[in-house]
Amino acid sequence: MQTVKIVVTGPFNSGKTEFIRSVSEIDVVATERKITSDSEKSVKETTTVAMDFGRITVDDDLVLYLFGTPGQKRFEFMWEILSEGMLGFIVLVDSTRPETFREARSILETFRAYAPTPYVVGANKQDMENAWEVDDMRVALRLDPKVKMLPCIATRKDDVKKVLLELLYNILAEMEVNDQ
Amino acid sequence: MALKGNLRDFSLIQLLNLVNLAHKSGVLVIEGQSDEAKIYFKDGKLSYANLGREENNLIAVLQRYQKISEAQQQVLLEKSTQMNDKELGLLLVNAQYLNQKDIIDTLKGYFVDLIRRLFNWQEGYFYFDPEQNLPENLIPVKLDLESVIVEGTHQVKEWETLQEEIPSLEMSLKFPDRPGANIRNVNLSVDEWRVVSYVNPRNTMHQISQTIKIDDLKMRKIVFSLLQAGLVEIIRPGGMPALPRDKMFPTKNPVEQKSMLNRLITRIRAI
Repeated sequence: MQTVKIVVTGPFNSGKTEFIRSVSEIDVVATERKITSDSEKSVKETTTVAMDFGRITVDDDLVLYLFGTPGQKRFEFMWEILSEGMLGFIVLVDSTRPETFREARSILETFRAYAPTPYVVGANKQDMENAWEVDDMRVALRLDPKVKMLPCIATRKDDVKKVLLELLYNILAEMEVNDQ
Repeated sequence: MALKGNLRDFSLIQLLNLVNLAHKSGVLVIEGQSDEAKIYFKDGKLSYANLGREENNLIAVLQRYQKISEAQQQVLLEKSTQMNDKELGLLLVNAQYLNQKDIIDTLKGYFVDLIRRLFNWQEGYFYFDPEQNLPENLIPVKLDLESVIVEGTHQVKEWETLQEEIPSLEMSLKFPDRPGANIRNVNLSVDEWRVVSYVNPRNTMHQISQTIKIDDLKMRKIVFSLLQAGLVEIIRPGGMPALPRDKMFPTKNPVEQKSMLNRLITRIRAI
């Protein structure tokens, strides 16, 4: 059995666990713990401390693993381990929390430094009333025009599929570029 | 059964064909990756179309097609703050700025241009709502779909050919070290000159198209003609790191790597 992996990263509470849960064929092996810090507790009750782990069986011979990283900076030591050998990565950003955009940018650059693999950015929680427009987020995140940024709602399977497919198309395109 | 799905599986040409043949009335909504399109039909003919992010009131369309000047546009904008498109059209006709045919023909031209752009959408969730009619305040046209469908079919074929020739706009262009073409006999259009002026290994084709504000199809057409003339070559952008493919895949064979990716794509599409 051959395996490949994609990493889903992003700031705290950007929706990584939900994203993986939407397409994983197994119950996501989440390593969530109750939050103790008051400031973080006001955002959500539990958080991922090691990694989330989802699986998509492609066929008898190939399996795709989806790894979600812990969002908080203090778990950064996990990121490099998770990024080893990834096909590419997805940066999820909470469209309703502009205060996390700077951190998202920093996470993106950190992962890009670990491995120059393709990546896409998902503007999550686009169904929320106060969600930023994707174009505005692109400016705020200072994304290069060639970086794909897709609006998404991590609980919607179709949106998650779109983001994953976009990443795979990017990987394929880069492989073709490199082969020329 | 509700008419809904994704353009990936059922193209816009197929949808227009269906509407045309079944003489359908209603609105087709397409949610693309960066915008939303609405196309209204009445008895199988196109009656109106708009793109969510594009300014598409009557004044904007007439100005875009140079039917009114910028000065006239300003005057109209001041006068028409409370007016809808129908009232504004009447005002223009009464003031003898334009006649009814000018307005209808301009709108038809705009709608056809808009549909042409939609033909380039490869993906997008769509649904057809037969209950929704065109809002009363908008000016409807009656546009036969046959010619639009024929043109769209050619456009899609051309697009597929161009995509085969130029699979990615993330590549750069450079002038050949030893040009084989007889440069003196090559005539370039204005847009081709604009592209040529940005030819540099550091600029990707995508960056060039964004800078000079042309769409992907036009960029591919121009690059294709420049390639045919032997004026440019496609190269990897300067400074772009190679993918660490030996770590990404469990196999080092490039054919197997691509096969894996294609299998992954097929699988995820099917989820």
